[in-house]
Amino acid sequence: MSGTDRTAATMAVETPFMRFARQFAESRVAVLSLIGLLAVILAAVFAPWITPQNPYDLAQLDIMDGNLPPMSESFGGTTYWLGTDDQGRDMLSAIVYGIRISLVVGAGSTLAALLIGCTVGLVAAFYGGRLESVVMRIVDLQLSFPAILVALILLAVLGRGVDKVLVALIIVQWAYYARTVRGAALVERRKEYIEAVRCLALSHGRILFRHLLPNCLPPVIVVATVQVGNAIALEATLSFLGVGVPITEPSLGLLIANGYEYLLSGQYWISFFPGVALLLIIVCINLVGDQLRDVLNPRLQR
Amino acid sequence: MTAAVLEIRGLRTWFFTRAGIVRAVDGVDLEIAPGEVLGLVGESGSGKSITGFSVLGLIDPPGRITEGSIRFRGEELVGAPEARLRQLRGAHVAMIFQDPMMTLNPVLRIDTQMIEAVLAHRDMRRAEARALCADALRRVGIPAPEERLKAYPHQLSGGMRQRVAIAIALLHDPALIIADEPTTALDVTIQAQILYEVQKLCAETGTSLLWITHDLAVVAGIADRIAVMYAGQIVEQGPAAEVIGRPLHPYTLALLESVPSHNRRGQPLRQIPGMAPSPLALPAGCRFRPRCSRAGERCHEPPPVSMPEAGREVRCFHPCNRPPPEKTEAAPEPDRRISRPSSRPSPGAG
Amino acid sequence: MLAYLIRRLFQAAITIVVMAVLVFVGIYAIGNPIDVLISPEADPAEIEAAIRRLGLDQPLWRQFLLFVSNALRGDLGTSFVHNEPALRLIIERMPATLELAVAAMLLSIFLGIPLGMIAGLRHDRATGRGIMAASILGFSLPNFWQGMMLIMLFAVWAGWLPSGGRGDTVPLFGVPVSFLTLDGLQHLILPAINLALFKTALVVRLARAGTREVMLQDYVKFARAKGVSERRVVLVHMLKNILIPVVTVLGLEFGSVIAFAVVTETVFAWPGMGKLLIDSILNLDRPVVVAYLMLIVFVFILINLVVDIVYSLLDPRVRLSGRAE
Repeated sequence: MSGTDRTAATMAVETPFMRFARQFAESRVAVLSLIGLLAVILAAVFAPWITPQNPYDLAQLDIMDGNLPPMSESFGGTTYWLGTDDQGRDMLSAIVYGIRISLVVGAGSTLAALLIGCTVGLVAAFYGGRLESVVMRIVDLQLSFPAILVALILLAVLGRGVDKVLVALIIVQWAYYARTVRGAALVERRKEYIEAVRCLALSHGRILFRHLLPNCLPPVIVVATVQVGNAIALEATLSFLGVGVPITEPSLGLLIANGYEYLLSGQYWISFFPGVALLLIIVCINLVGDQLRDVLNPRLQR
Repeated sequence: MTAAVLEIRGLRTWFFTRAGIVRAVDGVDLEIAPGEVLGLVGESGSGKSITGFSVLGLIDPPGRITEGSIRFRGEELVGAPEARLRQLRGAHVAMIFQDPMMTLNPVLRIDTQMIEAVLAHRDMRRAEARALCADALRRVGIPAPEERLKAYPHQLSGGMRQRVAIAIALLHDPALIIADEPTTALDVTIQAQILYEVQKLCAETGTSLLWITHDLAVVAGIADRIAVMYAGQIVEQGPAAEVIGRPLHPYTLALLESVPSHNRRGQPLRQIPGMAPSPLALPAGCRFRPRCSRAGERCHEPPPVSMPEAGREVRCFHPCNRPPPEKTEAAPEPDRRISRPSSRPSPGAG
Repeated sequence: MLAYLIRRLFQAAITIVVMAVLVFVGIYAIGNPIDVLISPEADPAEIEAAIRRLGLDQPLWRQFLLFVSNALRGDLGTSFVHNEPALRLIIERMPATLELAVAAMLLSIFLGIPLGMIAGLRHDRATGRGIMAASILGFSLPNFWQGMMLIMLFAVWAGWLPSGGRGDTVPLFGVPVSFLTLDGLQHLILPAINLALFKTALVVRLARAGTREVMLQDYVKFARAKGVSERRVVLVHMLKNILIPVVTVLGLEFGSVIAFAVVTETVFAWPGMGKLLIDSILNLDRPVVVAYLMLIVFVFILINLVVDIVYSLLDPRVRLSGRAE
């Protein structure tokens, strides 16, 4: 352990964030996962510049290149590393564009649900009483049903579309945060510093969001990380079932669904590669989430 | 003391944790003669329980016996195959644990847990084993044993559960029972009962007893000999009356002075200054040195074990040679009464 | 125990009423019930008849009473597509889903508990780490894609198992089941594995955590000190303590297995009620969706109730305190 003396030396000037980063970095797998995730996000952001073709520009597609296996060459001489689908779309490009939609839906819905859930949970814990018991009953009721069922029913009512999927995923997720934040806030509320700021007669909003919320964040961060993965998986599932995003904006789930009929004739690549991409993203998120939980937990127990 | 039941020589049981090596037991020598009651006294963390578990080969990883020898009736147990250890456990060396709430499996009935102990060592029908268990329960003073056998542990009181544990330990008339603070978790009145019970049963069957405790008062009542443990080592060993009446090691003296006593009513209790050392960072030389009022320059060297008198051992450069002051004022009679092994402890022994 | 049972039943009844109100409000108050419950292809006379039958011309509270009394009689509307009572359609498909769900649960128990215990007992060795890594993968695999890959491997490439459908069934107590015929069993294997994998990963984690907790308990050490064989220590003393939390969680998860069967049934063309739900959603056959919703609510509440009771029977400590109440 050559690092022990160095860590001892830096200990004195270490900020909380540095300590957090150092503890997180103790797991090489988690760091690799984080790097992988960042790479995926960058690829999705810069998709138009890095992909060989724009899979939604019909002018760039050649039906003659349809259903080509991986590594085959097109008429034009470009190589399709991951093959093409029935429209002659380059699978690699389609996957990178699909990741865009999957990430936007997954991260966006998680963020919105986080805001709603945290607010509701904080308010419930802070004010207590009947408001709290009604809110928590609703949360318990919703959480007693699996997310996929709730989302399916919502989409059956709402119809298809990226916006509809977003709404459904937000409704599905908010309850997790409400419960997590309330649990943490109930513990924090009894601590002395909240008593102290209450005595200062600060506005309730200020107490809630400037004092109570930051101290409830660690468990929320852990839940949110894992939830992004869950949301991406759920969106993919809904799209696969045909109630998710429309065909004009194919996420990874829809790409996989498109390959379903070709799978039986042995043309595996149309479903296989988008699935691998989906799997890698979710695995990376879960591994990062696992490590976050391990790092943030001791502070919770303190 | 020619044929000792148990002979421990130079035992080291270390735990290889991430934070470093914990030298829980670090060079322990002990001997128990047939029918003898040895009290092993020490603070929590001194390694006394680990010593007991080492005998049975029940050290959980990351701990293991790194050195030394444990001979049970002449047979070496360190490095013995697991199958042999399993034959000995329960049948020839039994153990009673500290907390009766935790030693019985909460989801299994008493009969399941007792019968399996019988069948682990004897080939007999379940009905026979059951009868044996009922007898064993009767022997430790449990009324209506047939009914108790059908109970779950949580349906019994703490004292009752500890009696069940003792009954299990006595099932096969073992040559040695290791009792790891078996009365600490119990009410004072029940402590005395259990103490009396164990002592009587062991005397009846000639079973040797290794009684592990932090409570000198308890051990004074029942032990023939006492070994005092500090930071993984035995610091003093000798006949119970002599160790208590005239301790040689400063630590033993300090321990005795910190026990509330009849004769010192109104006086403040003495404390041992400082804290027991972390087993990760033991002081060099004598391990008691940082807390010892008698420590000198020499104590930076590890003190050897000396035998200033017949039958007594001490690990110290500057052994005390006077009885604890308050004991001189007291009549010598109570001391002798306590030290006589065959005598019953008074109910207020705790 | 009895007081506890009555209280639980009361809670269950309230939940059902709340859900009925929610569903009613969703259809009648927010949406337009004529769109939802009457086929878009119906002619004006049919619409008129349906409006009268459903009481849509009545005030809202009367509509609610009618909705409730219809639901109590088992009338949850008629499918547009099949022109059959929606509830009957669903119940016809229920055995297929239940068979699949039970098979998956059994698989996850018999795979997950041993694997989890091994991972717990050998948590610092390669075996334990390997099992945990596999369980993370099991958690992360998108269920539908995993099913397609199973089809690709075992049906398309190896050709060992059929790619979909239910196969031959034989009636068992009047209910058609497929696990008793060879053909049916072959059709059952892949979907059951697909449905079981996620839960197996969950069981592995629970069993591992339980094992690591139980193996440090005094009663395990005491059992060893009695000279009981290691086999018995693990299989009796440890297993029985681990089973209680695992069975409780799994019981509660049974509902989610039924819900997740939606995905597996779609991938493997398994003719259960999950596939019916998806088909109905895609065909805008809303009465079936509504009926499915009410039925699944009922099933979930039933499951929670049964799990609570079974739990109190399994754990002697809970059983006693329940009796003392």
